[in-house]
Amino acid sequence: MSKSVILCGVGGQGTVLASKLISYAAMAKGEAVRSAETIGMAQRGGSVTSHIRIGEGAFSPLIPKGKADVMIAFEPAEAVRNLDYLKEDGVVVVSKKAVKPVTASLAAKVYEGQDMLDYLEKKVQRLVIVDGQQIMDELGSSKVLNVILLGAAIACNEIDISVEEIRQAIKEKVPERFYELNLRALDAGCQLAIK
Amino acid sequence: MVEKSIHIRFKSKRILLHSVVEFIYGVVIQNAEWYTEIVCDFAFCVYGIEQESIYLVIHRIEIKVSKMHKEFLMGNEAIALGAMAAGVNVVSGYPGTPSTEVLEAIAKRNDGSTYVEWSVNEKAGLEVAAAAAYSGARSIVTMKQVGLNVASDPLMSLAYVGVKGGMVVMVADDPGPISSQTEQDTRTFGQFAKLPVFDPSSAAEAYEMIQTAFEVSEKHHTPVIFRSTTRVCHAYASLEVKDKEEYYNNEIEGFEKDSSRWVIFPRLSFRRHGEIEETLPQIADELGALAYNKMEGSKAATVGIACGGISYAYVKEALAILNEELGWNFLGEETAGRYSVCRLLKVGTPHPFPEEQALSFMDGLEQILVVEELDPYIERMLLQTAGKHQRAIAIHGKMDGSVKTAGENTVESVKTNICELLHLQSVCDKDRVESGSQVESNVLSKENATMPELPVRPPVLCAGCPHRASFYAVKRAMAGRKAVFCGDIGCYTLGNAMPLDMVDTCLCMGAGITMAQGFGVVEKDTTCFAFVGDSTFFASGMTGVVNAVYNQHDMVLVVLDNSTTAMTGHQPHPGTGKTMMGDIVNKVSIVKILEAMGLTEVRMVNPLDLEDAIAAVKEVADKPGVKAIIFKSPCIAVSKPESQCSVNTDTCINCKKCIRELGCPAITVEDGKVVIEPSLCFGCGICKSVCPVHAIEGGRSHE
Ligand code: SF4
Ligand code: SF4
Ligand code: SF4
Repeated sequence: MSKSVILCGVGGQGTVLASKLISYAAMAKGEAVRSAETIGMAQRGGSVTSHIRIGEGAFSPLIPKGKADVMIAFEPAEAVRNLDYLKEDGVVVVSKKAVKPVTASLAAKVYEGQDMLDYLEKKVQRLVIVDGQQIMDELGSSKVLNVILLGAAIACNEIDISVEEIRQAIKEKVPERFYELNLRALDAGCQLAIK
Repeated sequence: MVEKSIHIRFKSKRILLHSVVEFIYGVVIQNAEWYTEIVCDFAFCVYGIEQESIYLVIHRIEIKVSKMHKEFLMGNEAIALGAMAAGVNVVSGYPGTPSTEVLEAIAKRNDGSTYVEWSVNEKAGLEVAAAAAYSGARSIVTMKQVGLNVASDPLMSLAYVGVKGGMVVMVADDPGPISSQTEQDTRTFGQFAKLPVFDPSSAAEAYEMIQTAFEVSEKHHTPVIFRSTTRVCHAYASLEVKDKEEYYNNEIEGFEKDSSRWVIFPRLSFRRHGEIEETLPQIADELGALAYNKMEGSKAATVGIACGGISYAYVKEALAILNEELGWNFLGEETAGRYSVCRLLKVGTPHPFPEEQALSFMDGLEQILVVEELDPYIERMLLQTAGKHQRAIAIHGKMDGSVKTAGENTVESVKTNICELLHLQSVCDKDRVESGSQVESNVLSKENATMPELPVRPPVLCAGCPHRASFYAVKRAMAGRKAVFCGDIGCYTLGNAMPLDMVDTCLCMGAGITMAQGFGVVEKDTTCFAFVGDSTFFASGMTGVVNAVYNQHDMVLVVLDNSTTAMTGHQPHPGTGKTMMGDIVNKVSIVKILEAMGLTEVRMVNPLDLEDAIAAVKEVADKPGVKAIIFKSPCIAVSKPESQCSVNTDTCINCKKCIRELGCPAITVEDGKVVIEPSLCFGCGICKSVCPVHAIEGGRSHE
């Protein structure tokens, strides 16, 4: 059986690292992994996605609509934008904080993340809303949202990867000086989802 | 080399020799991860007739094992490692999404034995690689599809002249397009240039295929095209790749002078044209037989699906989903007389077209659906084959409107195509609702809710991007005057977005400079600007400047020098003084080039010093002839951030001028108040210069 995970967010939010960590952890277990990333112009603040497919039985690196087991969304509107990838009883882990595009700041109508979160509450059976900002303030780093969300997603037990396996992947793939910080972010994310 | 002695006891004496051999190979293959050759000497020893057993004594068994290891690789990295495994000696290219990582991956793993360069443009890269291959080196040149247009001049002639060492032209196509100007199809280009074309469907296949590509090139003395597409280039997969000791070592023989071979004259072209047309069918037979072209499904099927590249993966997945949903057998093995509904043809070497394989695919089929991206290439070739051999088969695809003509395929689009072909309308209709992204998703049906309007999120210049300051300076300087702003290819194309709105045209690499001249000729009262990045200036901007000087044009050239090739991921270029071999070399000076070309007005300004920048543009714009401003300030990816800015809520009058004028993504409105997002702000300080009441604090200060 294969597991499909979609990560979505805004270019520059660190979706690629989170996707790599999941892939490496799965590969270390001997699983076949395929994935696809948005690379190119959209990386400059546009909508970006990463698709990960773990295990045999998948052909396309991109997840077909309605087939994602888990969504890790770095931004509420991006979660809604990609919601049709999620399977019926799929899990959504979403960051609470909205990233407002320049177009929205310029336009008269305001974009508020709360509308998106309300919609997700109505549509998604298994939803975890992550207040990453609070954790980042505590940790004193604004760059670890990706690992916090990853922790929360792993704690949901839907991707067959353990926290320990992600820790190992962080150890191997993240520069040593950020290792401790990332581990703390990961644990904080896990705690959040368990609550 | 592994030597082993194995004793195997068989239970029966009535065994055939070939089954023994098969058995041994079975044991060996199970024990070896990867092997290339097995040599085996053995003898029978009949023993214990009563027990009816035979001992087989193997005297010597040699297994040549190709040592492999597993890596998680991007398609482009797989291509790079495949090229290294094939013993590539010379690597050149010009950055372009989605091709860039091939050359970068080779450079990263290079122990110094391979020569790697970012060439000044694709034409230069192709010529460097061609001469290397004339000398017997194995070479590869990498580029994106529009880069092939730049390199097409040498390529068309090279197809006639040919090569000695294996030479691969690696071209990445971009269906969508996701990061390109066109949806051109390099398979069609390969056909036009009369060159063999390889088209991988996955990262794993790309790794093997690039090695074959070198062999085919060398064998037939012709450059070959290896075309891949975004979803193969940028997909990651866990792959088995060869260890370094297993790499092929290509000894370079050296260039042998022979003007009847290497100097293209009409006489040679005539002869070679004939020879090429003669060899192509031969190459078609040879490539057609490779496993990259394959057929799947039942002989009894009457419906065929033909595909290539990433669409093969989409077709396989769509059929698997349909199997699951309908409980049919669309492509699987024939079980108990249950034939599969479809037969599949995957084309891995589209040119020269594997006609023989296509013909046997057509046997017994009534209709064929062709699923491919970009041009209807396979469709045209199947129509041609069917016509030539008078096969009465309905062929559906882009040309009869069965498949959409532009953009990428997806598993869902392919599924819809298949359902429509087979009149499984009910399945299609359900699908259409699910795949319409703005439509209420009915997969998730916890509660009914209307989807809130999604914010559009186009790509923008980064917070702190020096280009924002440059565009804003020119905009301010030219306020109220008639001016045209010709843009070019790079991050700075994003200067077209609101609120900057400073890119009026964008055509292709370097075009802005010469187009500004064309506008000047017909619009005498307009000040014509051309914005060009540093890398683009070197790649194809310089000849345009000479044209302007020679033909007495009136224009303002604005070089946006951010010390890198930013859009494609920050590659060095002639102005940065770094090479892909790790050398630090003299920087090529844009100022000196412009002065040497005869420009008398060349200014260098830091755009982040906004007032100076505006003044410089105003002064220069009124001078006659060709004049240049070089806005020099590094891309944020290759520089250190300044202290961040913040809005002083006590003094801010909430006029939103900072947002309206600059469009920096770090400045937003939170609870009705203008704030600067600290995780994004780079401290460039230009918002400070814009604020009428000096409410923004921190950031860079004037040098
Ligand atoms: S200083 Fe102002 S313009 Fe520059 S990045 Fe920060 S918020 Fe944006
Ligand atoms: S990558 Fe560099 S050049 Fe490109 S938009 Fe960002 S700051 Fe500007
Ligand atoms: S321009 Fe100055 S005063 Fe106006 S909203 Fe921005 S920070 Fe406030």
